[in-house]
Amino acid sequence: MSTTTPETLTHSGTSDAVRSYPKFLWWGLSEATNGGVGFYLWMLVLTAISLVGANAWAHQVATGMIVTNMTDHVSWGLYIANFTFFVGLAAGGVMMVIPAYLYDDEEMHKVVIIGEAVAIAAIVMCTLSVVVDLGRPDRFWHLLPGIGRLNWPVSMLTWDVIVLNGYLLINLHIVGYLLYMQFLGRRPNPKWYVPFVFLSIAWAISIHTVTAFLYCGLGGRPFWNTALLAPRFLASAFVSGPSFIILVMRILRLTTGFTPPTGPARTLIQIIRIAMTVNLIMLASEVFTMFYTGGAHAASARYLFFGLHGHHGLVPWMWTSLACNILGTILFFMPAALERGSVRISACVLCIVGIWIEKGMGLIVPGFIPSTLHEIVEYTPSLTEWKVSAGIWAFGFLILTLLLKLTITVFNRSDVSHGKNHANLSI
Amino acid sequence: MSNTAPPDDSNAAPLLPILNQPSSRRTALKVAGAALGLAAFGKAVSPLMVIPENVSVDEFLQQHYKELSDDDKSKVFARLEAETKEHYGAAVTISDPQAIPGVKFGYAISLSKCNGNGACMEACNKENNHHRGVDQSYIRVLEMSKGSLDMEHGSTTYDHTVPQDDKFYMPVQCQQCDNPPCVTVCPVEATWKEDDGIVVVDYNWCIGCRYCEAACPYHARRFNWEQPEIPAEDVNPVQAYLSNRIRPQGTMEKCHYCLHRTREGRAPACLEACPTGARVFGDMNDPESDINYVLKNKRVFVLKEELGTQPSFFYFFD
Repeated sequence: MSTTTPETLTHSGTSDAVRSYPKFLWWGLSEATNGGVGFYLWMLVLTAISLVGANAWAHQVATGMIVTNMTDHVSWGLYIANFTFFVGLAAGGVMMVIPAYLYDDEEMHKVVIIGEAVAIAAIVMCTLSVVVDLGRPDRFWHLLPGIGRLNWPVSMLTWDVIVLNGYLLINLHIVGYLLYMQFLGRRPNPKWYVPFVFLSIAWAISIHTVTAFLYCGLGGRPFWNTALLAPRFLASAFVSGPSFIILVMRILRLTTGFTPPTGPARTLIQIIRIAMTVNLIMLASEVFTMFYTGGAHAASARYLFFGLHGHHGLVPWMWTSLACNILGTILFFMPAALERGSVRISACVLCIVGIWIEKGMGLIVPGFIPSTLHEIVEYTPSLTEWKVSAGIWAFGFLILTLLLKLTITVFNRSDVSHGKNHANLSI
Repeated sequence: MSNTAPPDDSNAAPLLPILNQPSSRRTALKVAGAALGLAAFGKAVSPLMVIPENVSVDEFLQQHYKELSDDDKSKVFARLEAETKEHYGAAVTISDPQAIPGVKFGYAISLSKCNGNGACMEACNKENNHHRGVDQSYIRVLEMSKGSLDMEHGSTTYDHTVPQDDKFYMPVQCQQCDNPPCVTVCPVEATWKEDDGIVVVDYNWCIGCRYCEAACPYHARRFNWEQPEIPAEDVNPVQAYLSNRIRPQGTMEKCHYCLHRTREGRAPACLEACPTGARVFGDMNDPESDINYVLKNKRVFVLKEELGTQPSFFYFFD
């Protein structure tokens, strides 16, 4: 714990503190929007892309989803592909929380809030990806418990709505509480956040499990109907999430002067090595089962890897994904990956791209090809879908930038006021 | 917005002195930037303004079908009739025939008789007010190779004279499963199974997530990717709320065994149109019905029986 606040402060003015929380948030917003030319340029670009996405979505709602390239045959596409990837990103942050809180890794403790910030931004992107996929977003209230008719517990989609929103709230609470206590110079009361941290660990596993259950519970889609789907989702999430966080820490070091300790990234890389190996073994197991057995059950896999009856739409995607994943894994296993350098960064980028394809376009689309009546209708995202998706990515980065900016401001400020020499995000 | 705290809030000052800084030029610029951003956002999403034009307050607030009283229903149906008149120029009546107590509908097709002429699809398209821009219907006819029931060897896009000697023809539509995966997955209970076995959709409650379309093993569901277009003279004016009324954009639809006809004792449109007599429809609970004759005397099978969906739709050879 970094603060040196007298104990007396912790017990005084609780109601003031609660009443002042919105003010703190307002102050945070104002601080998080301070920056240099580069910062404003970055935010401007993200805002512009978000607006392009918002505009494309508005056109989609007005004209109908005919502006997407989805069809009755391939009825989910890029949006749900991105959604699946974002859930993994959100769940992956837990790989910082577990070492920090279950294994009391001191250095991880100092940067764990970055993982939680990534989770918040990722959940926002998840939610938006589902909303843009709705044919009738104006009927969103039908999903609200109490006033709508939530088909819980039978429909897995209702579980997903609940766990995703729950995960968002848990992380908002943890991040908000810890930052606010840091801002006040108070020692955070474990009673108010440690139970939530442990809840968030279980919850992170649940969001990706439930998301896998969305697909693997469908008997009519043999490609998804495998018990390996949820474990594979988790394994790949524990690669994409930590990889993304390593990249974020690098960007923070380059742009803000905040220097994270070296330990956390090394721990994350050890986790990635194991998770990616497990992921590749499970992939190999799936591929073996499908191709060795053959028959109609392998039709989607044949389409995905080699093409089917002259249709090859996903073949380049899937081989790109495999190449990225294998190359990225090899790089992660090189000793150089443990040092700060281009090997580590390349490995992260390769694995993120590989998993984005594997879990997105490479998972969702072949579930529909061939169709349940064995028709083959191919799918490539339309310009509208690319615009909307880019808008969601940009908005997510916007949220993440603000959260990280706020975090660093709070910690820098308390370090200055407490006379510390170097910045860290210790709580 | 200013960063200055309200003067009466004296408690906040010692706790959070940083909140009481005066506004700066930077703040003013940020406020201007935020205003500009909001304006740009407003402009970007301005196409959404068609929603209040197309969706009335009553429609927006409309409750789930099962929560509508008779009074509510008559208002909703009157509104839908007026909207159809306005948008399509067609005078229609929307009724709400209920399941007949004790009746359980079943459907069977003789694969020996069906010759793939496609009259059923055409009839479905007309009867059920499908979008005319695409040749949509709730039925897909597979041209299958003799010697295999594997749909992988089938084709729905055949374009030649029928029947071909080495082929047989298998129409597939909603199987009205007793254990329907589409109903299970719907997050908002917008689709359900009625007492006579028909799986229906409340087109005014569906949120358009298309989870049911992913769940259906028979490709029986259709999504309204755009507002259906039907010339006024082609609109079938005899409509029911849960069946063939013109569906709104962005919602799911499916075969409903023509419940606006079958619940009034008539045959489904696809059966009536079939020139080969391949189709048999009726009440499975009535021992004298045609469908029961088929079930008792023919060796029938259902599609994808291994999935446990328990279809009320049967196939046989004779």
